[in-house]
Amino acid sequence: MGYTLNFSAVWRSFDQLLWGLGLSLALAFVAIAIGCVLGLITAFGLLSKQGALRHPARIYVTIIRNTPILVLVLFTFFAMPQMGIRLGKIESFVATLSVYSGAYLAEVFRGGLLAVPNGLKEAGLAIGLTQAQIRNSIVIPLMLRNVLPSLSSTMISLFKDTSLAAAIAVPELTFEARKINVETFRVIETWIVASCLYVATCSVLAALLRRLEKRMSIPR
Amino acid sequence: MTGNLLEIRDLHKRYGEVEVLKGVDCTMQQGDVISIIGSSGSGKTTMLRCINMLEEFQGGSIRIDGEEIGYETMGGARRRKKEKEIARQRAMTGMAFQQFNLFPHMSAAENVMLGLVKVKGMARDEARGVAEKWLDRVGLAERRDRYPGQLSGGQQQRVAIARAIAMNPKLMLFDEVTSALDPELVNEVLQVIKDLARDGMSMLLVTHEMRFAFEVSNRVIFMNQGRIGEEGNPREMFIKPQTERLAEFLKTSTFN
Repeated sequence: MGYTLNFSAVWRSFDQLLWGLGLSLALAFVAIAIGCVLGLITAFGLLSKQGALRHPARIYVTIIRNTPILVLVLFTFFAMPQMGIRLGKIESFVATLSVYSGAYLAEVFRGGLLAVPNGLKEAGLAIGLTQAQIRNSIVIPLMLRNVLPSLSSTMISLFKDTSLAAAIAVPELTFEARKINVETFRVIETWIVASCLYVATCSVLAALLRRLEKRMSIPR
Repeated sequence: MTGNLLEIRDLHKRYGEVEVLKGVDCTMQQGDVISIIGSSGSGKTTMLRCINMLEEFQGGSIRIDGEEIGYETMGGARRRKKEKEIARQRAMTGMAFQQFNLFPHMSAAENVMLGLVKVKGMARDEARGVAEKWLDRVGLAERRDRYPGQLSGGQQQRVAIARAIAMNPKLMLFDEVTSALDPELVNEVLQVIKDLARDGMSMLLVTHEMRFAFEVSNRVIFMNQGRIGEEGNPREMFIKPQTERLAEFLKTSTFN
């Protein structure tokens, strides 16, 4: 076919893509940080003996995990204002991705918490530690080590999900790529470069998380 | 009030419909070393775990130094004490477990230090000093910066004992501490317990090591089907058991 690759137009707008990537990373970072807190609280809720804590946690996780994230993004941005909750597009997206990641991380953390042997909690009780001290000094540190391998794949997924912010015109990487595509008509080149940026970023993230995993691993 | 270190009165414990302790009475003086023997399912471990409230119990009372453990009766209603109060009472006893239960993400010294810092409120430097002293006492001075995964079973169990003893408990509880060990590692742990007995530590041991029970304890309790079947000094009990149950149990036990 008569299409010759010419990247020069894309290179001229490369700065724009990098800014987009920066925003993608920022969105992911903030949302995952909030999501970790939400997820941890929810994970303890899921494992609680009290129905008043367990049921809401279960409902939250079930609803979020069974709704496509694009629907959640559109709902938060377009439907919530009708219900009186008006957020800017970046805030709206961060809120959505936080709640979304909270539900996924809750399941990851729940698995990690279940893998902490009960005997260790008893050993903590036996030396006179309170439940809160056992949770903070023993259970959570061990849970984090248990989940790190699966946590990195969840985090990379969540980073890639920031591309859905393009749907509400948040100027992150995918949105910027689309803009360049429209302005230059270099369709193939634009999306190749954007994809390469995603792949490179995910690889770096994975490598960083592997290093963290190694550093936190228990000597044996 | 009574001068007893430990006083258990009419202890009842139920798991749903199954009653595993059917009224146990037991008193213990300062410096006593008591072995609890009996076949599995007789309630010996459960009794031990009630003393530091790792198990709830439905009837009877446990007192340590006159202080009622775990429950209080107010206006005729029995209720569980507050979690904080129970945590404080748990620190009056130390416990070593069959599976060691060392915190795997902490070095040997950090395992011992955790309770000193968090429960006793010691500064880290001071706690480190106490931890090193006790690790030295159990023969592990050189291993203090090793992690549990880098230690043998016997070494792990000795760290676990140091972790419990460092808290300066009034009473030490040992729950089948050699059962998970390879035979060649049993003696190093038993030796540590013997040394503690010699130093006057009050101890309650659930054990399957009959020879050890014979040698180290001044009293033996034989548990049978949720009750105390027989108790007395080890010499009399092992040589002239009064009940058929105990005689039978001793026949099936090994003295090595």
